[in-house]
Amino acid sequence: MSEFASFLPDLISVITVICMVVVTISITILLYRVVKGPTNPDRAVALDAIGINLMAMAGLVAILLTSTQLNDVILLIGILLFIGTIALAKYLEKGVIIDRNRD
Amino acid sequence: MLFAVFLPALLAIFIPYLSKWKEKIHTGYFVLLAPLAVFIYFVSFVGGDFEPVTQNYNWIPSLNIGFDFYLDGLSLLFALLISGIGSLVAFYSIFYLHKTERLDQFYVYLLLFMTAMFGVVLSDNVFVLYSFWELTSISSFLLIGYWNYKERSRYGALKSMLITVFGGLSMLGGFILLTMITETTSIQEMIAQADVILSHEYFGLIMALILLGAFTKSAQFPFHIWLPDAMEAPTPVSAYLHSATMVKAGIFLVARFTPILSQSEWFFVFVSGIGILTLVWGSYMAVRQTDLKGILAFSTISQLGMIMAMLGFGTSAAIFGAVFHILNHATFKGSLFMVAGIVDHESGTRDIRKLGGLATLMPISATLAFFGTFSMAGVPLPFLNGFYSKEMFFDASIELESSSLMIAELLRTAIPYLAVFGSIFTFVYSMYLVFGTFMGKKKLEQLPKKPHEAPIGMLVPPIILVLGVIIIGILPETFNGNLLAHAAEAIYGAPVDKHIQFWHGWITPLYMSLAVVVIGAILAFVRKSWSGIYSFFPGKLSFNKAYDFIVDQLEKTSARITNSYMNGSLRRYMVLILSAILIVTFTFIGLTGGFAWDTSNLAEITVHEVVIALAMAIAAIATIFTNNKIGAILILGVVGYGLALLFVVYRAPDLALTQLVVETITVALFLLCFYHLPNLRVRTDSVFEKTTNIIISIGFGALMTVVAISAHSTKLFDTISSYFVENSYKLGGGDNVVNVTLVDIRGIDTLFEIVVLGIAALAIYGMIKLRHKKGAK
Repeated sequence: MSEFASFLPDLISVITVICMVVVTISITILLYRVVKGPTNPDRAVALDAIGINLMAMAGLVAILLTSTQLNDVILLIGILLFIGTIALAKYLEKGVIIDRNRD
Repeated sequence: MLFAVFLPALLAIFIPYLSKWKEKIHTGYFVLLAPLAVFIYFVSFVGGDFEPVTQNYNWIPSLNIGFDFYLDGLSLLFALLISGIGSLVAFYSIFYLHKTERLDQFYVYLLLFMTAMFGVVLSDNVFVLYSFWELTSISSFLLIGYWNYKERSRYGALKSMLITVFGGLSMLGGFILLTMITETTSIQEMIAQADVILSHEYFGLIMALILLGAFTKSAQFPFHIWLPDAMEAPTPVSAYLHSATMVKAGIFLVARFTPILSQSEWFFVFVSGIGILTLVWGSYMAVRQTDLKGILAFSTISQLGMIMAMLGFGTSAAIFGAVFHILNHATFKGSLFMVAGIVDHESGTRDIRKLGGLATLMPISATLAFFGTFSMAGVPLPFLNGFYSKEMFFDASIELESSSLMIAELLRTAIPYLAVFGSIFTFVYSMYLVFGTFMGKKKLEQLPKKPHEAPIGMLVPPIILVLGVIIIGILPETFNGNLLAHAAEAIYGAPVDKHIQFWHGWITPLYMSLAVVVIGAILAFVRKSWSGIYSFFPGKLSFNKAYDFIVDQLEKTSARITNSYMNGSLRRYMVLILSAILIVTFTFIGLTGGFAWDTSNLAEITVHEVVIALAMAIAAIATIFTNNKIGAILILGVVGYGLALLFVVYRAPDLALTQLVVETITVALFLLCFYHLPNLRVRTDSVFEKTTNIIISIGFGALMTVVAISAHSTKLFDTISSYFVENSYKLGGGDNVVNVTLVDIRGIDTLFEIVVLGIAALAIYGMIKLRHKKGAK
């Protein structure tokens, strides 16, 4: 048990690094979709997914650094991603973001 | 003496107020007081036992610049000329200029010019001399362009300004060199160090620069072209500036620096060579003119050349002759200009082809003109001063010192013949001037006005000047001992004893004079039969054409050069800016060996960092090649997010936060304005443009990489960040070092960043809201 306890921090960091590599690979693959993606909605979705990966990445880095400083970042990415994706979606759908003359 | 110099300028301040009463009393009467007072003041110095006077007034003591006035014989002669003829011209102008003219401007310019000329001839300090020198250029520019509604006036004013200021600036260069070598700004102290200057390596340059200033001001060949065009000025101005005073400023300059410059053998070659050339060319060209003032202008050029040549001879007799001729020329040429002005004023034209037979209608003017022109021609009569100085000129030209320079020897042989040649033409145009105007047939039907004798006030100044001609002619010794000998001594550096007498006996100069009169009379009589040569020589070879060509080509070429790179294309400017940075920085790095490569400080590289960097690089490159504008923005978004991720990985949460927000807002902003933007155009760059683009962008990227690597490899001292980390809580009261830095340690930066944002916001608001229609104000 004590052996395991002493092994634990190392294990966590190893797993975290493995996760980070996986997330970066996932970002790279998403990048293919962004660059290639035959239509703009494809790109928009891919960018949104990259944002989610960023959240994961920030969380993993926070674990690795044993820090709580990055929690704000994670939340902020969530909000911004939402806003950005909505704006994109609206633009792709209607061509404008802010409607005028509602009536 | 300070008061005497600045009296005209002081009076100029009040002229605009005084000119309000010009309907009652002509403003010129007030103006007359200033030169008259100064003249009386300077006359008090004249005398056989005259000694140089020095007076110093501080101006900029730290730079060794002050109003150091030095009154020696030369300055005194010039000061008397300026104030004396200034008084006469002021008097003459009262009758010449009508009350409806802008008298206030005229007299302000004229008084400024007087102060400037007094300053030029009296200053001992080279920089003060230069200041006054430029003031003469400027006031002369204003006076020539007095009738500024005439196109010719503006052309003449601009031309004289360009040429004289060009010379003035080169003279300043010479003065600066002199000051550097001698470490003094006083001319007299420079003269004391003449041998130091002479042996200095810059001596040739100094001589060239100072002579350039003198030649342009004194209308020497080939810079004479501004003087005939300056004849568009009112006649009092022509009489004053362009015969008696300003054009002699260059003569004064050469005379003043003769003790320094004449020790070089080249001084003779340049000054006498140019002088004799000017004499010949000016007198040759004067015969061709049809305008009275045109003849007088070229005559002035040729007479100035004669004085210059005599200064260049450098012998005691020649210098005395030069000084004497300065005085003589001022008297007879001043009177001739005034007579020309009278003829113009009373008959309405100055064209000599329309004039003729005026002697019976204007007997007094005709008499004055006879004296003036005969003196100018050097006719051997005992009451004409021009004869004496011409005789001295011939005398000096055959008694030149031999020199080791071959060109100087050549010149020495040629000068007597050239002198006689020039004098023959002088005789011809003098006769043409006086007989063409006052003798021959009357052509009253061609004249705009019915000619009659001028008012007495207009005649007084030329009468006084002609009296001067006669008095100097009859009693030359009076002027010799009291005035001229001192002036010649100031130039020559040693006492000159030269007695002026009419009869020398049967010697060579007299034969030369007689030859001039005989050949000149014959040529003048049959002038029509040979004046055809002017269409062959100079024909189209005129220096005016050269000047016009130069000015025109300067404008065209500079426009062409400017248009060649200022073509309004932003791409072109970026290419220029970036290539300049590239070339300069790479050359500098190459020359100084600034590139450094040091791997000792590098951190470990992890896999995910590499992958993120690769992803960003791919996205960045992909942005370039996409043709879809939204696609481009989305791909660029990957770069932005990737950067935020790097910030996270490198433990910069604040930066990451900000980067994310800014990235999102930027994308949103792009989307906002995309609606109004055109689609990305298909680029149609030529191969050349593409190649340049690629070379420059790759080069710039490489440059930045090299600079970054070098900067990282060259750590000269520790960073100061440890201080921030240690003290952010202690001094700033916060754990977040970044934020403490932003608002406590370097709060000022943040303040102005906020200001920048505020301004940007206001500007955007203004841009959107305040839309003016095209063409509306």
